Amino acid sequence: MKVFVIGAGITGSLITRELSKYDLEVHVIEKAPDIGWGVTKANSAIVHGGYDDPPESVRAKFAAPGNEMYDKLSKELEFDFLRTGSYVIAFKREDVEYLKKLKERGMKNGVTNLEILTAKELKEKEPNLNEEIIAALWCPTAGITEPWEVSIAAIENAQENGAIVHLGEKVTDIIVQNQRVKKILTDKGEYDADIVINAAGLFADEIAKMAGIGDFEIFPRKGEYILLDEKLKGLVNAVIFPTPTKKSKGILVVPTVDGGILLGPNAVDLPKDQKENLETTRDGLNEVYEKSRKLVPKIDLSYTVKTFAGLRPETKDKDFIIGATKVWGFINVAGIRSPGLTAAPAIAKYIAEKVLSEDLGLNLSKKLDFNPYRRKIPHLNDSNLKEWEELVKKDPSFGRTVCFCNNVSEGEILEAIRRGARTLDGVKFRTRASFGRCQGGFCSLKILEIISRELSIPLEEIKQNYENSWIIKGKVRP
Amino acid sequence: MRRENVDVLIIGGGAAGLAAAIEAKKFGVKTLLLERDRSTGGVLNQCIHNGFGLHVFKAELTGPEFMEKLWEELGNLDEVIRNNYTVLKIDPEKKEVITLSEEGIVVFKPKALIMATGARERPLNSLRIPGSRVAGVFTAGVAQKMVNIYNRLPGNRVLIVGSGDIGLIMARRLKIEGMDVVGVVEIMPEPGGLIRNVVQCLDDFNIPLWLSHTVFKIHGKERLEGVTIGKVDENFKPIPGTERFLEVDTLVASVGLIPQNELIEDFVEMDAINRGPVVDDLMRTSVEWIFAAGNNVAIHDLVDFVYEEGKIAGENAAKYVLGEKLPEVKYRFERGDNVGVLLPQKFTGSQPFKMYVRSRKSLEKSAISFSGRTIRKFNWKIRPSEMIDLVVKNFEGLPKEILVEVNQID
Amino acid sequence: MIKKLTCISCPIGCELSVSLDESGKILKIEGNRCPRGKEYAITEITNPQRILPISVKVEDGEMELVSAKTDKPVPKKKMYEIIEYIKKLKVKAPVKRGDLIVEDILGTGANLIATRTVNKKS
Repeated sequence: MKVFVIGAGITGSLITRELSKYDLEVHVIEKAPDIGWGVTKANSAIVHGGYDDPPESVRAKFAAPGNEMYDKLSKELEFDFLRTGSYVIAFKREDVEYLKKLKERGMKNGVTNLEILTAKELKEKEPNLNEEIIAALWCPTAGITEPWEVSIAAIENAQENGAIVHLGEKVTDIIVQNQRVKKILTDKGEYDADIVINAAGLFADEIAKMAGIGDFEIFPRKGEYILLDEKLKGLVNAVIFPTPTKKSKGILVVPTVDGGILLGPNAVDLPKDQKENLETTRDGLNEVYEKSRKLVPKIDLSYTVKTFAGLRPETKDKDFIIGATKVWGFINVAGIRSPGLTAAPAIAKYIAEKVLSEDLGLNLSKKLDFNPYRRKIPHLNDSNLKEWEELVKKDPSFGRTVCFCNNVSEGEILEAIRRGARTLDGVKFRTRASFGRCQGGFCSLKILEIISRELSIPLEEIKQNYENSWIIKGKVRP
Repeated sequence: MRRENVDVLIIGGGAAGLAAAIEAKKFGVKTLLLERDRSTGGVLNQCIHNGFGLHVFKAELTGPEFMEKLWEELGNLDEVIRNNYTVLKIDPEKKEVITLSEEGIVVFKPKALIMATGARERPLNSLRIPGSRVAGVFTAGVAQKMVNIYNRLPGNRVLIVGSGDIGLIMARRLKIEGMDVVGVVEIMPEPGGLIRNVVQCLDDFNIPLWLSHTVFKIHGKERLEGVTIGKVDENFKPIPGTERFLEVDTLVASVGLIPQNELIEDFVEMDAINRGPVVDDLMRTSVEWIFAAGNNVAIHDLVDFVYEEGKIAGENAAKYVLGEKLPEVKYRFERGDNVGVLLPQKFTGSQPFKMYVRSRKSLEKSAISFSGRTIRKFNWKIRPSEMIDLVVKNFEGLPKEILVEVNQID
Repeated sequence: MIKKLTCISCPIGCELSVSLDESGKILKIEGNRCPRGKEYAITEITNPQRILPISVKVEDGEMELVSAKTDKPVPKKKMYEIIEYIKKLKVKAPVKRGDLIVEDILGTGANLIATRTVNKKS
C-alpha cells in the first residue's frame, strides 16, 4: 500500500512517522527545500492545555490527548519540551466569569487540573505581570516546544524506519479514477498512490481541489511576533494569555525553550491570494507591543532580537477538517490552526488507528523492528562538561565553536548537513546557530564555508532558504 | 578536564587584548591570551582602510598593518596566544575561567583577568523595520569580511543603512568593487561617523547621504527586491508623503555596535549608558582581579585609544599579580548635562590619565567642565560620533564626586 | 570666495575655510589645527589626492586577497583608472606586509604596497 503524505509541517511529519510504524510504503512530499518551513516555522510554539476549544469541536477531540502525548514523544524524539503551565488572565469582573467558563469547558475536554488563582497567588508565581490583573486561570499542563524541531525529529525518525522524504517537490495534480486515488503528479515526477494524506497547511484546499474535493476553503490569517533576548529569561515563567476574544487567543507573552521571550501574535485576515505574505507591518508590531505590555509592563523593546510573521490556515468554522472523503484514499488533515501543534501527535495516531484502519478498512500490521528513538544532534548546553569533553576527544570538531551566541560547534553543523541541511536555514533550524542575539553576524560566513566544503558547492550557490534566496553574488576578484 | 594556572589571562585577541598581552609580558608574568576565532586581530583583519595608529605609531596605517605591528611587538605568538578557545563561563568565586577548544574543557585559574571581548554589531532586524524577511540583508562588518577576507560580493545594488564609520567605509568599498551603491540613509540629522569618512567615502564617490531618513519597509520574496525609504521628524516618526521606493537587492546595515559583556555582567558593576563595566583609570572593574579594556567597556572611535587602554590594563593586571599595592579610587565622575558615554567612571588621582566622553548633542562651540570648573574649550564642532579624549592631570581642588558636563559656550 | 573643506589628514577632521580670489588662487587658509591642514587645503583645491586602500588577488595563498594601499596619495581624477588597473593584477604567495606590488602606479609616483602578510597555501 503506497501512502503519500503531502506536507512536512508538524502535522504531516508526525503522521509520516506514525505511519512508518506500519508495513506501508510511506512517502512525504514537501514543496519547500526543507522540513517545517510553512505554518510550522512561525507560530507561538505552545502546547496548549486544551481547555480553550469548544467541547463539540474536532479541535477539542485532539487537543488534550495531544498534549498528554508530548512527554513520551519528546523523550522518544529528543526534542525540547517544557511544561511551563499557562495563565489566562483577567482584568475585569466579566473576564473572571469567562475564566470560569473556560474552566468548565476544560473539564468537558478532559483538562481537569485547572485552577482559578487570585491576584495575590498569581503575583507570587509571576511577579512581573500587570498589577491590575485580578485573577488568572492556571493550567499546569500547558507547555512550550520548538515546532520545527519536532517536525525535523519526526521526519528523521520516519526516514530511519523506511519512510521516503521528497523535499523541494511540489504536487501539481492528483489523479482520481472511479472515486479512488490513483496517482500523484509532482513537478519532479509521477507516483502511483493508494492513499493521499492532505496535510498541506495553507494550501490544503488547493490540494483537495486537485482530488475533486472542493467543500472547504483555507484563508490565511497573519500574526506578527517580536522576539526578545534571553537576557530577559525569567520575566515570565509560564505562557501568559489575555482573556481571549472571539477572533483569537490574543497577543501573548511566551517564554521560549531557548530562554527568550516571544510576544505576539496579532490576527489579520488576508485575502486567499496572499498565502505567502509574511510581511511584518508597523501597525501590527505596535499592536503586539502595546498589548503584550498590558500583560507585562516591564517589556523593553530594546531587547528585540528579531521580528517575524506567521500565517495560520483558517477555515470558515475555525475547526480542523480531518478524515476520509468521498474519494477513497484521499484523507484531509486541513485547517490545522491553533491548537495544531498540540493536537498533531493525537491526529497522527487517529489517522493510523481510526481513519486508515477503521474508516478505510485497511488491515495495518505494525513493523516488528520499528525504532521509536531518534537521537538529537548533541549540544553543549544540553550536556555536562565531562560528557562534552569525551565527545570532543572522540571528535575534535565538537570543540570548535562556530556560533558563539549559542555555543554551536562545527561538529553539530557537520551533523546537521549529514542529516539533510543544504541551506543556511537548514543548518540554523537543526542547530540553533544564528538564532542568538547577533543573528548570524559572527557565524554565517563560517557556516557558508562549511556547507561549501562539505557539499562541494561554491559559496554563491548556497541559499538562505528558498530557491531564490541567494546570499553571495560572486567573486570580488575572479 | 585540565586545569592550568595563569598569572594574567586575557579574553579576546583584538587590539585591546593584544595590547594588554604586550604590556603584561613586559613584567615577566605568565600571560595567556584566549581568542575564540581562528586567529587574533579581531576586526583589524578586515579593516583594510587607513586611520589606525596615528597616535600610537605616528603613522596612518591600515588595520592589517596595525595588527601585524602588534604581533611583532608581542614577539613569540605561540607562547602567549591560544586561538579557537571559547570561554564558556567565568566563576568569580572560584576564580576559574572554563573554556572549550579542540583539546576539550580546560579550566584556567588566573590571578588576574583582562576582559577584551570587544563588541558585536546590532542586527538590522532588531530595529523592527516592517516588511519581509529576505536574504540580502547584511551588517556592515559581515559585508566587509565577505569582501575583504572571503573575496565575495554580497549583491549588485546596495543601500547602506546607517552612516556610522563602518557604513561609510563599506559604501566606498562596495562601490570600488563594482556594486551600484545607491546611497546611505541616516535616521539622525547628522552623520554617525567621522566627517573625514563622509568626505573620503561618500563625497569622493558621489554617493548620496540622506539624513533624517530611514527604511520604512523591506520588500522582496526570497531575496531583497527593494526598500521604501522616507524622511522622519525630530521624534523619528515617519513624515507622510516622503516615501520613495529604491530598487536594491542588498542592504548593508551599520546601525550600532554593542559591547559584549555576557561573561561578566552578572557579577561586575555595569554602566548602563556605556553598556560596559564600570572601570577606573587603571582599567580595573568592580572586582579587584578583573580588568577590562576596549570596545567591551564602551564603543570607541579610534583603535589607538583601545590600544592604550589595553596597555594600561595589561600593566596593572601584571602589577596586581606581582603583589604591588595598586592605588585606590578616590574620585568618581557623575554624568551631567549632555554627557553620554564616559570612561573611566572613577579614578585614583595617582597619575595623569586619559578620559573619554561622548557629547549627546552636536555643539558648535563648547566646553567640558568638572563640577563647574572649565577644563577644556573646544573651538571645533563637537559631535556625538566623535569621542572627546582628554588627559586629566591636574587633580588639585577637585571634589570627590565630579559632575562632568559638556555645554555650549558663546 | 570662501570654500569650505573638511581636512581628512587625520581623524579630527578640521573644518577649513579657504579664501580664493576670482582666478582661483588661494589667499588664506583658516581652521586647521596643524600644518597638515594647510597642505591638505592647497592640494585639495589644486589637485585633490587620496590614498587608495584596496585588495589584490593572490595566487596560491592562504587567503584569496591581500589588502594593499598606495603608499602616497594619488590624484583623485585618476582614481577609477587606477582601480581598474589594480583589479586586473595578481600576486603570487607568499606576500609580506610592505612588499611592493606595483612601482609608480600609472605614473603617479605612488607605489602599491601590500598591507598584510599572506603565506603560501599549505
